[in-house]
Amino acid sequence: MFRETLLVCGKDLRLEMRTRVALHHVMPFVLAVVMLFAFALDADTAALRKATSGLFWVTVLFAATLLVQRSAAVERADGIGDALRLSGLNPASLYLGKTLALIAQLLAVEVALGMAVVVFYDVRPRGALLLAVVAVLSTLAIAAVGSIYGPLAGGMKGRETVLPLLFLPVLAPVLLGASRAFEIALGRGVGNGWSWAALLGLLAAIYLVVGVATSGPLLEEA
Amino acid sequence: MELRSTVSLLGRFPALAGVDLDVAVGHIVLAQGPNGAGKTSLLRTCAGLMPIASGTATVLGCDLVADRASVRPLVGLLGHATSLYDDLTVLDNVRFWARAAGVDAVDATAALDRVGLVERLRGLPVHRLSTGQRRRASLAAMIVRRPRLWLLDEPHAGLDQAGRDLIDELVESAAVAGATVIFASHELDRAVAVADRVITITGGVVSHETDGGRQRRVGAATATTATTAATIGASDVP
Repeated sequence: MFRETLLVCGKDLRLEMRTRVALHHVMPFVLAVVMLFAFALDADTAALRKATSGLFWVTVLFAATLLVQRSAAVERADGIGDALRLSGLNPASLYLGKTLALIAQLLAVEVALGMAVVVFYDVRPRGALLLAVVAVLSTLAIAAVGSIYGPLAGGMKGRETVLPLLFLPVLAPVLLGASRAFEIALGRGVGNGWSWAALLGLLAAIYLVVGVATSGPLLEEA
Repeated sequence: MELRSTVSLLGRFPALAGVDLDVAVGHIVLAQGPNGAGKTSLLRTCAGLMPIASGTATVLGCDLVADRASVRPLVGLLGHATSLYDDLTVLDNVRFWARAAGVDAVDATAALDRVGLVERLRGLPVHRLSTGQRRRASLAAMIVRRPRLWLLDEPHAGLDQAGRDLIDELVESAAVAGATVIFASHELDRAVAVADRVITITGGVVSHETDGGRQRRVGAATATTATTAATIGASDVP
């Protein structure tokens, strides 16, 4: 199962290396969103700094929607779905491999987004460890949900609009937890940031278990 | 393979409306019939890709009514689609499907040699290939998995003369090595000559059956055929 998971993940990352969708489409998109928020809030850097955590994670969710759509679309093209069903690949491995590849792409986007936020919003990160742990756990949760809803929405009419409608509400607790933990790590929130990190870890685990449990029917529907 | 009164639905439409069919191991069966008769549905049902609404179906010892997924790893299906990732190279594609089937990725090169895809094409992304080259790449991705049942839907379509000859040669070699082949084709002159049996499908049922033109090989295969069989891996077939 581990070998198959790495095989699928490697294939998705190789596809990204060849097409550079994350680099050429998603990165410019998130940078544009960061700039637009800066324009929208004008020169009020205090407001920008205060809203940084929420803006960061909302932008990550937008980017995740694009990456999930792309990740699901490549498995729908030109008979690939049938080939996957016939391949003998364990559906759970397929799900986990795609989740792992999404995590790698999302983390790359988050690094670029983080640098943009530091530059444009004049934010000074402090709790580096908490930031890193929260980023990894939140990304895991987002990717785990995305790998469930991507193929699910892919079988529906109007999949481009259906995916965000299904995907984003489920991630509301992740948005809440990640934003609060980031606020604390940036020195603007109160409370224990590690409690939020624990909640994010729990959410990620639940989403992963659901994803693995539904991977068989998802492959049939893909 | 044994199908008895097999009914498969596409939505609410009975794409197979009570098929009775027996195919022995190592036989080549041509399915012919008009468009929409149920040829593709027959192939997809045998591959475990379509659910069986009624009747029975046993393929390679797998009961498709009880668990249609169990037969899938044993089956190779060459359909109208390429089943390849457009943005990956030919070699990456074939290697991926080989590894997914638990086959050594080294065999990917042998499979590409066998279908005549030369070295310079293997590093190209699939979307840059011609239709015939894509067909050959799909064929390589199928044979590298060493299927015991070959299901080919219009395998000659989009191929030049050499490609069509290659398909016929591969089909013969697979059968000699013990694989079973069912293929649908509208190119009857060529296809009938390759087949042991020809079944006609009309309205989702097998309406007629005749002998094909293939001369059964007796005794040891020729050196060429043995080499081919080893290359496609069908020699592993019991």
